[in-house]
Amino acid sequence: MAVLIDKSTRLLVQGLTGREGTFHAKQAAAYGTTVVGGVTPGKGGTTHEGWPIFDTVRDAVKQTGANASVVFVPPAFAADAVMESADAGLALVVCITEGIPTLDMMRAMTFLKERPGSRLVGPNCPGLISPGKAKAGIIPGNICKEGRIGIVSKSGTLTYEAIHQLTVLGLGQTTCIGIGGDPLIGTSHIDALKLFAADPDTDAVIMIGEIGGSAEEEAAAWIKAHFKKPVVGFIAGQTAPPGRRMGHAGAIIAGGKGTAAEKMAALTAAGVKVVKSPADMGRAIKDLL
Amino acid sequence: MKIHEYQAKAILARHGVPVPRGEVTFTAAEAADIARRLGTPVVVVKAQIHAGGRGKGGGVKLAKSPDEATALTKTMLGMTLVTHQTGPDGRVVGRVLIEEGLAIQRELYLSIVLDRAAGKPVIMASAAGGMDIEEVAAKTPEKIVRVYVEPGVGIVPFEARQLGFGIGLDGAQVNKFVKVVSALYDAYLATDASLLEINPLIVTGGGDLLALDAKMNVDDNALYRHADIRDLRDLGEEDPLEVEASKSSLNYIHLDGNIGCMVNGAGLAMATMDIIKLAGGEPANFLDVGGGANAEQIRNAFKILMSDKKVKAVLINIFGGILRCDVLAQGVIAAVKELGVPVPIVIRMEGTNVDEGKRLLRESQMNFTTADSMDEAAQKVVQLAG
Repeated sequence: MAVLIDKSTRLLVQGLTGREGTFHAKQAAAYGTTVVGGVTPGKGGTTHEGWPIFDTVRDAVKQTGANASVVFVPPAFAADAVMESADAGLALVVCITEGIPTLDMMRAMTFLKERPGSRLVGPNCPGLISPGKAKAGIIPGNICKEGRIGIVSKSGTLTYEAIHQLTVLGLGQTTCIGIGGDPLIGTSHIDALKLFAADPDTDAVIMIGEIGGSAEEEAAAWIKAHFKKPVVGFIAGQTAPPGRRMGHAGAIIAGGKGTAAEKMAALTAAGVKVVKSPADMGRAIKDLL
Repeated sequence: MKIHEYQAKAILARHGVPVPRGEVTFTAAEAADIARRLGTPVVVVKAQIHAGGRGKGGGVKLAKSPDEATALTKTMLGMTLVTHQTGPDGRVVGRVLIEEGLAIQRELYLSIVLDRAAGKPVIMASAAGGMDIEEVAAKTPEKIVRVYVEPGVGIVPFEARQLGFGIGLDGAQVNKFVKVVSALYDAYLATDASLLEINPLIVTGGGDLLALDAKMNVDDNALYRHADIRDLRDLGEEDPLEVEASKSSLNYIHLDGNIGCMVNGAGLAMATMDIIKLAGGEPANFLDVGGGANAEQIRNAFKILMSDKKVKAVLINIFGGILRCDVLAQGVIAAVKELGVPVPIVIRMEGTNVDEGKRLLRESQMNFTTADSMDEAAQKVVQLAG
């Protein structure tokens, strides 16, 4: 088993006709994902690289039976695209776009609350991959290996790093979920941990956080109370100066809150094996198994 | 993006928040004219920098005559103001705000910021105005009253009244306070602010409410739809290297160490800084070249790193996903050939086309040090930086 995406996923690409959308739709299809078509308002009825293009997500769902969508739409229009997919009833909406205004996301999150059947992953994330099955987003398939470790991470390339370390050690992954580095995101660390808790094929989890906000502390409290599987944690930004936004819109120590030290202490107290060095994530999982 | 107090006040005033009368000046001579136009017995001379704590640092003074306003402005312009928010280097004052003097009866606090956990804006008010709110939150949290705004509804009058009565205002003052809160929320939405803070919001001798200070940060991601606010950017307030980097769309933050870093992805860039520190070194910067870095960007990145004279060695840490390692290697080789980078370079790359990338580096006959893992790379670069 895997979580969120697998061989039953029928993936729609919002923004398929754009450069990024085209490239990653092809990559996903080459990986074995069932990509059913694309949505680009105004280009409905045409085809692109062999895929049918629709004006609206509702049309696309009706015609193709899509059950998930990945969003490669420019920042100014991305929140709109996310809400359209939720409104069309897609169970999974993965938003890769970076740079969406916070207030746009706040409105989209309010809209999504009324549509609990749809789960948003991201925005500002690399998406997710269930090795050997399917992927939605930009995580390179060639570094992954099918197996029994789950990964949940706020960061893209740091996720690749964790995947690579596991794969080199011969440890494969069930599903790797990039949840994104924005202040407001659809799927939290806790949401991802809940999925891994319920997945009998996931034996252990690598959880990657970073400075800013309190999601890691909340996850620590949840892990302590509910999560029985081994967890290795890493928090990026141990050396980040306060008050500066470190690349990701959400990665900022504000008012003395959101430091790596606080997060690492909370996770350690919850029984998570916290590694100080990003080079130790894979080895720490191996030690725990 | 941060803007100055006088700019924030002008924006707030447009949305109906009462602010003191005042004008900004870049020259001392003009200060006296402004003071005369304001016509109050006392005017306040306020240095404009993007940092709080100006009063304690000597950046806020009272002038009892137009001539004194000019004299004080003359001292302030060009002075380096050091506050607890500027760091030890301080900021050079380039503009000064001259405002009418007001009789202050009470000092309150009012702000709006996004609460990430709730996914809603939170409005905070406190009777302990004029103080550092983080200190109030830490020592006397009961003095802060909060209301979480429903994004689909907006601020409702009863919520604003809860805040007003909660900080001890009387009935007449609460009516004025509700208007201020509502105007502040309008400004928050209209400008895509990430922080709006009035500290202090004063009650005057006559019982009026006014924003005596104003701090406003705007969501960088939303600046594309606020050309007027984008124009308020003051490059003099920013690190020159960061300004230069932003022109090449490089995500760069200048730090104090001597090991330059070039990384793809924000999380990996932070993690690279962390592992350098663990190996006993100090990172000179945060630099995320992004997922689609090309030869041009790598060259620009080297230029920025080399402009920092403290840099004694460079660590390049790339995990090639979409960005191919061979393309990266070609970019690095070309940039080093062109720019003649005079410090040791340690390269650690992994991922797509890594073998081809490594071959290119080897065959370039250039003096690169390569590493197969992040910890090996960190140890090597720390050693080379001395």
